[in-house]
Amino acid sequence: MDKKLENIVQALQEKFSVSVEEFRGEAHVFVKAEQIIEALTLLRDKYDFELLSALTASDYFPQETPRFHVIYQLSSLARNVTVQLRVPVNGDQPKVPTATRVYEVANWRERELLDMFGIQFEGHPDPRRILMPEGTEGHPLRKDFPLGYEEPQFTFNLDEIDLRKPYAKE
Amino acid sequence: MAQLEEINVGEFRHLVSERALTGETMLLNMGPQHPGTHGLLRLLLELDGETIVNCIPDIGYLHTGIEKNMEAKTYVKAEVMSDRLDYMNTMGNNLAYVLAVEKLVDLDVPPRAQALRVILTELQRIASHLVFLGSFGLDIAAMSVFLYCFREREAVLDIAEMCSGQRMMTTYFRPGGLWRDVPVEFETAVRDFLKMFPKRVDEYQGLLTKNPILLDRTVGIGKLDASTALQHGVTGPPLRASGVNWDLRKARPYSGYEQYDFNVPTRAEGDTFARYIVRIEEFRESMKIIEQALNKLPMGPVNSGNRKFVPPPRSEIGVSMEALIHHFKLWTEGFPAPKGSIYSAVESPRGELGVYLEGDGGPKPHRVHWRTPSFDTLSALEKMARGHLVADLVAIIASIDIVLGDIDR
Repeated sequence: MDKKLENIVQALQEKFSVSVEEFRGEAHVFVKAEQIIEALTLLRDKYDFELLSALTASDYFPQETPRFHVIYQLSSLARNVTVQLRVPVNGDQPKVPTATRVYEVANWRERELLDMFGIQFEGHPDPRRILMPEGTEGHPLRKDFPLGYEEPQFTFNLDEIDLRKPYAKE
Repeated sequence: MAQLEEINVGEFRHLVSERALTGETMLLNMGPQHPGTHGLLRLLLELDGETIVNCIPDIGYLHTGIEKNMEAKTYVKAEVMSDRLDYMNTMGNNLAYVLAVEKLVDLDVPPRAQALRVILTELQRIASHLVFLGSFGLDIAAMSVFLYCFREREAVLDIAEMCSGQRMMTTYFRPGGLWRDVPVEFETAVRDFLKMFPKRVDEYQGLLTKNPILLDRTVGIGKLDASTALQHGVTGPPLRASGVNWDLRKARPYSGYEQYDFNVPTRAEGDTFARYIVRIEEFRESMKIIEQALNKLPMGPVNSGNRKFVPPPRSEIGVSMEALIHHFKLWTEGFPAPKGSIYSAVESPRGELGVYLEGDGGPKPHRVHWRTPSFDTLSALEKMARGHLVADLVAIIASIDIVLGDIDR
């Protein structure tokens, strides 16, 4: 791990008693959902992490519980280091407090997670779907959501498939 | 993505001002099909006369589920999807993806492949900025620039075709190196381009930079200050136009960028004109990088010798049983990646293009997330557009240079 990063991770460990994993020189800090806003604010204000580079999630269904990890990838321009915070979230009614007040970019990124994973962000100012059409059932990036495909039509079954094909209806 | 029926104020009640509810201001749909939005982007505008009070972007019309699709493909096959994200910067997307895979499986890349990757991504950056410049000119009614820019872009696409067989969807970089070495005509073609292009950039500047119409329409329009830009995750030329000197090629060099000498152009104003000037300067910096990389282009292999990840050349298969096994295994099953996740980012023409890649021990990624720069830049559009005219909005959208394939993924 980077020397500059070690101090920061240590400070997080002392303050929030977090666990840290290291992989290929990256630090992954596991934070509890109720502490995430405090941790993000501390990193932004005290350690110059001005940029929330990425905010995403990963689904570990069905192998692991808690099912989701919400991932915050932070960059510091002044110190030129990056750190990743991971928040494990339970599968039924996943809820994380919103980071919109710390980083405004979280607004759209959290809407994307709501759309794709069904993770609720408490206190989000605009909790609507962002990419999928309104009325979509399910959350596409969950592991139990089927990938889906289109049945290939040949001359012998063209009409048969046409009947059950979901064309846009008026 | 909202339904395209009559605008229902109720759904957007929390986003528009009080005045929209009484009918004092007007709600107007711009897009999804609109020449000024550079793709399928719908903007819901709240207008007071012709002044923008609120601008609510509505995206998702080009959503293709690339992240989900990549989870169902092996690491090599998933790469073809990366071209389709930001279709103006295909080589750059390939680079972001292969660097992520190489970091995940800890794979080496020979120096020749690294240098060729730099040359091709910088050429692609030029091509992407040319499309920006052309459509920017078009949006502020300078039609001829568009034609000149696309003429030069053709030269870059010819070079891409020469190497990969494709003009746009190249998939030329592969984990561990390149698909194959560049053809012999490559160097002459790039040198011809380098000879021709500086004069052309001067021409564009002659046509645009001091043009009074352009100045009227861009100076002081769509201002974005540095702290707002960072709050919204804006990176790349729009951030540098706001006075922040941040370029991943300098800050966290990848693929051998540390060997090349170049500047990071910045401007302090943060308006539409500054974003235009920064990109014009980047043309010249990219050319500097290409020239240096071409002058000291090393010889040698273009693929890693690690046969567990890179398929053996055809000539080996006939004489080596092991090579045959590797060939078969790599093209049927693919290579496994360890359990773990990495985040790797490159500087695309639009900003920080990051890939979050997670392996689960098998040959397919567990999760791929694309941190696409246009997505975050567009989220700052509202801050830039507020208080300006509808006609200026078109110039602002052109100046942040969004690609909808990049936003909707």
